[in-house]
Amino acid sequence: MDNRPSRLRLSGIAKSFSGVPALHGVDLELAGGEIHALLGANGAGKSTLIKILSGAYASDRGVIELDGAAVRIDSPKAAKELGIHCVYQEVDTALVPGLSVAENIMLDRHSAAGAGFWVDWKSLHLEAAETLRRLGADIPLHKRAGELTLAEKQLVLIARLLTEQARFVVLDEPTAPLSLEEAERLFRVMEALRAEGIGIVFITHRLPEVFRLCSRVTVMRDGRRIWTKPAAETNADDVALAMLGRRFEDEYPKLDADIGEMLLEVSGLRSGSRVKGVDLNVRSGEITAVVGLVGAGKTELSRAIFGADASSGGEVRVAGKPVRTAQPADAVRGGIALVPEERRRQGIIASDTVLRNLTLPTLGKLLRGGLLSRRREQRSADSLIARLGIKTSGYGQSVSTLSGGNQQKVSIGKWIPTDASVYLFDEPTKGVDIGAKRDIFQVIGTLAQQGKAVLYLTCEFQEAIGIADRILVMYDGAIVREFGRGEASQEELLIHASGGRGGTS
Amino acid sequence: MRANAKLTDFIFKYGSLIVIGLVILFFSLWDEHFFTYDNLASILRSISITAFVAIGVTFSLSVDGFDLSVGSTVSMVIAFSTALMVWYEMPLAVVIIGSLAIGAAVGLVNSLLIVRIRIPDLLATLAIMYVVSGLQQIFTKGNSIYSNMIMPDGSSAPGTISPAFLWLGQGELLGVPVPVALMIVAFVLVFVFFTYTRMGRQMEMTGGNEEAARLSGVRVRRIRTTAYVLSGLFAAVGGLLFAARTGSGQSGAGAPILMEAVAAVFVGYSVLGAGRPNIIGTFFGAVLIGVLLNGLTMMNVPYYSNDFIKGGVLVLALAITFIHLNRRKA
Repeated sequence: MDNRPSRLRLSGIAKSFSGVPALHGVDLELAGGEIHALLGANGAGKSTLIKILSGAYASDRGVIELDGAAVRIDSPKAAKELGIHCVYQEVDTALVPGLSVAENIMLDRHSAAGAGFWVDWKSLHLEAAETLRRLGADIPLHKRAGELTLAEKQLVLIARLLTEQARFVVLDEPTAPLSLEEAERLFRVMEALRAEGIGIVFITHRLPEVFRLCSRVTVMRDGRRIWTKPAAETNADDVALAMLGRRFEDEYPKLDADIGEMLLEVSGLRSGSRVKGVDLNVRSGEITAVVGLVGAGKTELSRAIFGADASSGGEVRVAGKPVRTAQPADAVRGGIALVPEERRRQGIIASDTVLRNLTLPTLGKLLRGGLLSRRREQRSADSLIARLGIKTSGYGQSVSTLSGGNQQKVSIGKWIPTDASVYLFDEPTKGVDIGAKRDIFQVIGTLAQQGKAVLYLTCEFQEAIGIADRILVMYDGAIVREFGRGEASQEELLIHASGGRGGTS
Repeated sequence: MRANAKLTDFIFKYGSLIVIGLVILFFSLWDEHFFTYDNLASILRSISITAFVAIGVTFSLSVDGFDLSVGSTVSMVIAFSTALMVWYEMPLAVVIIGSLAIGAAVGLVNSLLIVRIRIPDLLATLAIMYVVSGLQQIFTKGNSIYSNMIMPDGSSAPGTISPAFLWLGQGELLGVPVPVALMIVAFVLVFVFFTYTRMGRQMEMTGGNEEAARLSGVRVRRIRTTAYVLSGLFAAVGGLLFAARTGSGQSGAGAPILMEAVAAVFVGYSVLGAGRPNIIGTFFGAVLIGVLLNGLTMMNVPYYSNDFIKGGVLVLALAITFIHLNRRKA
């Protein structure tokens, strides 16, 4: 290989999915020996672009040039042959868990045609060790891949692509699941790759990483490239403004509620690796939002408060009384309800009926002489269906046949007749249409009016601004900033959620 | 295609009931003694044992679990109850309470392995099946137990199987065989349990989606533990009725009942299109298995082909159920 830096140039890349444009003529340049940040909100088109670059999708229009010559990338194999590799977030699917680290690193080489029948174990281990040394990564060669941490698995995948003469590497949000120490190790490896003359496209939501590592920054929004600038000529505010674009109008009406006594108090709560000592409180009638990017620990926080995951420290109190959080049943008894993020897997029993889903948490109240009263169950379900506007042919319909929004209403509705005084909502509008979204905000507003405490966890900043009395920003497992209603703009929230301005980085 | 779909729907809903009807009709025409009160009573008597075990299997399946150890629990209880009477001359109350305790204990051990240690249910209960059946063989040294049996030292055992105990398996109450009466009471109680009690509902919801049930405040560990204990208890009742019916304790007699009970429950999946374990379906499933085995015996089909027939019925029931369930999912 010669030592001239490679140049990769994408111009006018366009792509539509069943008539809906995802990319409108995007340009991107990449040089060998550069780390290039690719930024954008969810749905901006980053994933589509890199999938075209790595051959997973074919573009509708546009040209890809490598060192000045146009190339065709019509399959992942073609991309690899040109030296273009991609490390996706789902690292597990790319590794063979039962094989050793060394075997995984050398996997492509040894399964390639012409590799011969016999495995040369000695050279395999030597080469694998040499590759890891080049990266400055220290992973035991004989360990089985299935026993590695996620961060180590990423490094094994990066080492593997080094064995294949990679020239360009796309890292798709590699730091999202990592702790800060693990991310630090990944950065050293990325710097080693850069030193070898490899060009890196780095996708991340954490802005401090961008300004620490990258030489250039490209921001995308709504399927277009907004700009590309040298990192030295831009800053967090500039990037946030470009990512979010137009300002948000308050399209979700907020219902007025009287804010009263303290209902939920969480102090020093720790759980797993994603909740690192959280303090927060919510008053009666108050809607408090917790905003943060994917991987900030919001879901884990809600699960720890509810007892769905074990907590390793801290305390949860409802109306001044400590609540056991050993299991959800304890939290429910303590007056906490959770509407979980993954509705189909966690929020509803899809194979069962609307009625039986809606009455599950309140069966104890629907007894008559110790037995379930069919009439009481039906009355309860009917009133919930009416109150939430659940579109169903009747309470006997199977929940699996409802639309996403109506399933979510079932997942929320079952908690309404309980005695819960604290409601946790984890991304309740995910995958829900506009009409259902409005109904859901209406229900949440009404709960607040009734004097419930609402904790609303979301990565949709505009929802938090619209609905919440107070916004807490979560970053890397901790609350880093608090804003009152009307105090924060989306840009401001994004910067803090990305660890900017004195976050805990 | 459409007509085809309607047909499979119809088969799924009513197929097993029609098959039961046809089987009964066929045997009645084949042999005039089949459709007599005495023979039907005898069929129900033999069904009752399978039915109790099948009720147990219904509990474990209702929480999306599985209990392979019920057959060996039946064997254990047969040996234990008869030995208590024949070897130790224990009173009936001790025999019954002790037997039920054994069933509950097996269920507890199963749930400990499955719910706490989180061994997959099939593997855990497969292992326990061998442990329990091994314990039974150690306990009886491989011998069958009968009244005043000859002991290894040449003396004869002091006790006999008590007549009150035999009445449980062979007696009649107002013209109805006692085990059949017990079976009917059990089905009614379990039907009420699943339809009208909070715990029954929570069992079914846990079986539908354990994580969602847990996040709805259901104490799923307690629910699953209860299901396995009930499974063991009902298997123990099946063992008691078996011993009372035969009046002796044959080693390993419960083993074939596992298969009959499982087949009954899966036939029940398709009764009236339930698509999941349900107690009414279990009843009809047990009836079908019982009628088939009894009728084939009358036709002089040799006993050693029973396993083949039971296996075949299970395959058919499973095929109908899963064709339907997979199509509904798609």
